[in-house]
Amino acid sequence: MKENYFQKFWAKNGTKTVLASLISILIGMIAGAIVITISGLTTKGMGENSVWEGIRLMIAGLFSTGRTDGALTFGFNPQLMGNMLFRAMPLIMTGLSVALAYKTGLFNIGAPGQYLMGTATTLYIALSLPTGTGAPLQQMSGEYMGHAEALGIVGAATYPVWLVWVLAFLGGVLAGALWGAIPGLLKALLNINEVLACIMTNWIAANLVTWFFDGSILRNSVESTKTSVIYKTTFNGVETPKMGLDKIFPNSQVSGGILIAILFAVVVYIILNKTTFGYELKACGSNRFAARYAGIRDKRSIVVSMAIAGALAGAGAALYWLAGNAEFHWETYQSLPAVGFNGIPVALLAANNPVGVIFSGLFMSMLEICGQRLKELTAFNEYITDVIIAVIVYLAAFTTLIRMLLTKRKKGKKEELKQ
Amino acid sequence: MKILEILQSDAMAFLIRQTLIYAVPLMIVALAGVFSERSGVINLALEGIMIFGAFAGVMIVRFLQSTGWFQEAYELLNKVPDMKAEMDFSKFWQIQGFGLMCMAITAIISAMFSMLLAFAAIHLRADQTISGTALNLLAPALVLFLVRIIIGGERIGMLDKYNGVAINDPSIWFGLKESYFGYGLKITRTQRTPGMPFFGQAFVNQAFPMTYICILLFIVLAILLYKTRFGLRLRACGENPQAADSLGINVYKMRYSGVAISGALAGIGGFLYATTVAGCMVDGSVAGFGFLALAVMIFGNWKPLNIALSSLLFGFLKCISASYNSLDFLNKDGVYELAQLGISSHVYNLLPYVITLLVLALTSKSSRAPKAEGIPYDKGKR
Repeated sequence: MKENYFQKFWAKNGTKTVLASLISILIGMIAGAIVITISGLTTKGMGENSVWEGIRLMIAGLFSTGRTDGALTFGFNPQLMGNMLFRAMPLIMTGLSVALAYKTGLFNIGAPGQYLMGTATTLYIALSLPTGTGAPLQQMSGEYMGHAEALGIVGAATYPVWLVWVLAFLGGVLAGALWGAIPGLLKALLNINEVLACIMTNWIAANLVTWFFDGSILRNSVESTKTSVIYKTTFNGVETPKMGLDKIFPNSQVSGGILIAILFAVVVYIILNKTTFGYELKACGSNRFAARYAGIRDKRSIVVSMAIAGALAGAGAALYWLAGNAEFHWETYQSLPAVGFNGIPVALLAANNPVGVIFSGLFMSMLEICGQRLKELTAFNEYITDVIIAVIVYLAAFTTLIRMLLTKRKKGKKEELKQ
Repeated sequence: MKILEILQSDAMAFLIRQTLIYAVPLMIVALAGVFSERSGVINLALEGIMIFGAFAGVMIVRFLQSTGWFQEAYELLNKVPDMKAEMDFSKFWQIQGFGLMCMAITAIISAMFSMLLAFAAIHLRADQTISGTALNLLAPALVLFLVRIIIGGERIGMLDKYNGVAINDPSIWFGLKESYFGYGLKITRTQRTPGMPFFGQAFVNQAFPMTYICILLFIVLAILLYKTRFGLRLRACGENPQAADSLGINVYKMRYSGVAISGALAGIGGFLYATTVAGCMVDGSVAGFGFLALAVMIFGNWKPLNIALSSLLFGFLKCISASYNSLDFLNKDGVYELAQLGISSHVYNLLPYVITLLVLALTSKSSRAPKAEGIPYDKGKR
């Protein structure tokens, strides 16, 4: 019997992978719904109504427009959409970081550390080079100006804003690359398990960044004793241009960086699939020793791959902080930024395909927004998002099994038809 | 002699006490990692299981506290620092027994939680690092979600009100005080009888019997791993599961037990952390202790004695980083010796990880990691 187009489509590997991801998402959402149901029904003051509201918000929270007369309303909410794009920026970049490393056969669990190093470098450069366009001089603390004077770059010599932006961005990228190269070198030269090396470098980075900012004048001492955070980069007038996105999504935190992130994803896709270098990386990932036998320098590939992965994570940090919307809590030595670890489910859901990472990054960000809405509109809280993400990661660990099950079902049906 | 004076000062006693408090959870969780990895399953989820175990343990204690069974015992212990009260050790042991029972229940619950990892890694042959990371993401999310719903705040702790009377220090439940032995009793509001001598200060005052019981547990389990048949079979499954299988050992069952024991120990470590280090509070994080325990395990080359010593070292470093500013060795001369060295506390925080990286780098050739760890066992393969 001739296979029609639908069956051929079904049998393609790509289709099965996407289906496996979609099934993981579905099961993750179901798990989240179960947690909401159980906790809603067993807590005093919450009943079936709040459970139902919770589930609706969890699925469609992106479109929620608040409450009128006690009932939830839904519609197009540009502020939420804009925020979703803003949050997707670093997620896409860390997802690319993990995905690229995975293609080379390495599990880059060091994304949080690389992200932190990128953050520190970007903020330092963006806030230290005076641009003369920042907050009015009277508002700035005397220490801040003194610091610029001490660096010898104050007064007439101000830098154009775009130059500071570029330097800060490059600084973040390089810092991330360097930090990613460390586990890469340890793996290539000494065959140390990169997961262990990455975990150690994560915590070293967390402590280094805290040490760096401890007592620094970059701490926000102007806006009513917020010394636990660093100044926003807008304080120095440095900000990623919005590129018209704020007209589409007014009132939100959206920034032009999302377009840059999508560009990065496309570039990584081209590098991996259309260049010799990318081919070498993938060969090392499939079978390191066969690649070496074929003449590919596997040690160099491992180090370069980890360095690029680190650079991507650092770029994600740079894009996020240069948007000038958020304030960095510098006392990170006790916990690592979640956005670094969330790159792992983003990469796994996209089956490590760079273009797929764009979509799964947007999806993860949407989940985060749903969690925020849950917190704002109901008695539940935003951690349900993390529960769903954790379940998705857990399932992604056996996507091969799901794919196998899908193949078996199709094969079973074919046998039936033949008889 | 100055050296003797330093060695017997209050600061030294404080150092010894705090080092033990930081070191014992590290030791137990590192041993948890050893059990799992020796049976062939990489257990990265130590941090997650610790968080879950801490939460489960504190909730159980809270629940049992609210039933009021231990009210008498508690009121007595609360009164003892007063000169007139009589110490009744049977009440003290009653509360300690209560604590141990909660620890045992925590162990069982954490073992069940670690079955998620076991099922994925052994039965479904999934990638063990990813499953471990998934559990690390799941545990704090679940704990924080439940904490927020139960109490509306960011952290939950053992009961801090008992029948309406506020408890200033929840660790009074499970801690040892020198006043129980007749030292340091209150004469007036500001005067006290003399305190315990040096060894008492270092090992008894403000210590927790739970810590010492966990040290005992560590020794017993280390003996189990190395001197019994079960331990030998477990280790065989991590080195060469095919050979073990050919002798009739059920590799799957062994690996399940390895992960279960690992989960139980990590849960106990988490509960111990919450009680002794975190002041009986759970806030969804154990400040990287799980990963530090991984570092201890690697640094100790997967052997219990080395693990004990390295956890003492890392505990010592953590203790110094938290308190070096206030350690006054030459009794009360107002000079804070370590602060004068000028090393920032962040360096002390960094040292354990840097040391581990260096050790990894220098000894990777002679590392004694179990050979078959991380590779799912497949009966069909050679």
